[in-house]
Amino acid sequence: MADPIIIVGTGQAGAALSAKLRVLGYSDPLVMIGEEPVLPYQRPPLSKKYASGELQFERLLIRPPGWYAEQQVEVRLGASVASLDPMDRTVKLDDGSVLRYAKLALTTGSRPRLLPAELSGNLGGVFTTRTVADVDAIAPLLVPGKRLLVIGGGYIGLEAAAVAATRGLKVTIVELADRILQRVAASATADYFRALHRRHGVTILESAALDRLVGDNGQVAGAALKDGRTLEADLAIVGIGIIPNDELARRAGLVVDDGIIVDGLCRTSAPEIYAAGDCARFPWRGVSTRLESVQNAIDQAEHVAAAMLGAQSDYDPVPWFWSDQYEVKLQIAGLNRGYTDCILRTGKREGSASIWYYRGDALIAVDAMNDALSYGIAKKLLEAGRTVPKAAVADPGTETRALLSA
Amino acid sequence: MPKITWILHDGRSISAEVAVGHNLMEAAVANSVPEVIGECGGCLSCATCHVYVDPAWYEKTGGPGDMESEMLEITSAERRSVSRLSCQIKASEELDGLVLHVPHI
Repeated sequence: MADPIIIVGTGQAGAALSAKLRVLGYSDPLVMIGEEPVLPYQRPPLSKKYASGELQFERLLIRPPGWYAEQQVEVRLGASVASLDPMDRTVKLDDGSVLRYAKLALTTGSRPRLLPAELSGNLGGVFTTRTVADVDAIAPLLVPGKRLLVIGGGYIGLEAAAVAATRGLKVTIVELADRILQRVAASATADYFRALHRRHGVTILESAALDRLVGDNGQVAGAALKDGRTLEADLAIVGIGIIPNDELARRAGLVVDDGIIVDGLCRTSAPEIYAAGDCARFPWRGVSTRLESVQNAIDQAEHVAAAMLGAQSDYDPVPWFWSDQYEVKLQIAGLNRGYTDCILRTGKREGSASIWYYRGDALIAVDAMNDALSYGIAKKLLEAGRTVPKAAVADPGTETRALLSA
Repeated sequence: MPKITWILHDGRSISAEVAVGHNLMEAAVANSVPEVIGECGGCLSCATCHVYVDPAWYEKTGGPGDMESEMLEITSAERRSVSRLSCQIKASEELDGLVLHVPHI
């Protein structure tokens, strides 16, 4: 029997890769190895519809349980890869078993960055939100009146704050930078979400440096800020970024630099080893890039599937993202990295707005809040490699649809 | 449970009983209906679960909401008068027998 393609990592990318390989007609053995004890599932609904009880876990599964046997995909769950030997083309699992591969994909994802121990004090009641186990631990604590401290005002922190505030908790967000969303969005977008959260009773502290979390009997009870302020809390959620899971690749001697380095075909520096998703760093528009999104996990994994079977095109996505907070749906088309200016457009619907990012005269991204039309038009423009004159975007009299041909 | 039928572009069809309240994107994925992708998990952000409601059923499913209608502008296949995003249609007894046509992408 032929050696299998082995996929290390059973997140969104691993799941998309296995499915695409079968769709493309790959019929040799296929093995997926994942550390989590459950089949691949969607993470975005975890903190929202799953935590609220609206969706049972089974409904988060990316493929139904029977799919794997049907498609002859062997899934090893709760298993971790101890080492990878690119010369031998083998992986060794924690239980000592050794598997040989024909080709291998690293879709190992990422993990939340934790507070350093001197800040967190290793206290109980401090959570991150990435896995179903994380959310299972937090969900029972989301009860009205409890005080939640959110460390970090990025999208993960803001989404956690929105869920908790909706459920009646008293929420305070502590952001080190001078404004929320500083790393990922323009100040106009931050202003929109700051106002949204404040309308829902959330306290947002910006330029607020955490000195340390404060405990009581080993449980978090609050926080001390560097400026001397103290905050009380019953629990804390930390959303200060993620770290790519690139250690296995590093130990195997692959080139790694804040992510596993791949080329346009998503090949790592070792023969027959590919990488996709949060853990992979790839060349995009001339810049080494790592994307943390569902879109990238799926599209890059599908690209790996095609590349493994001989396709020769470079991975060149139009990134897109979304975030749901309260009644607002944020949709982002493109990547605003290196923007030089941006234009705010107010939408027709109440509360709808869009921020158009330019680098020079080139449109590079749009943040659309409750404005799917602007998002859709921006996505179409970016996919076509086109731009739209700033004057047309800035003119409130321009119909949004007309921007497609402006 | 209501029975839903997906007719693929090549004429093949897939039928399944779908629990009331489940949306028809997740039902399609659960039943391995090709070309209904549901990348965003049904939160109205990707338009990859586009279907054409059989005209005989369009009155029962009703038309798209505002945001859904805007998202239908960026589907891969052409938008038609019976276009819907299937994540926004929930299975119900009234939709027992519903027929959806899956566009080729």
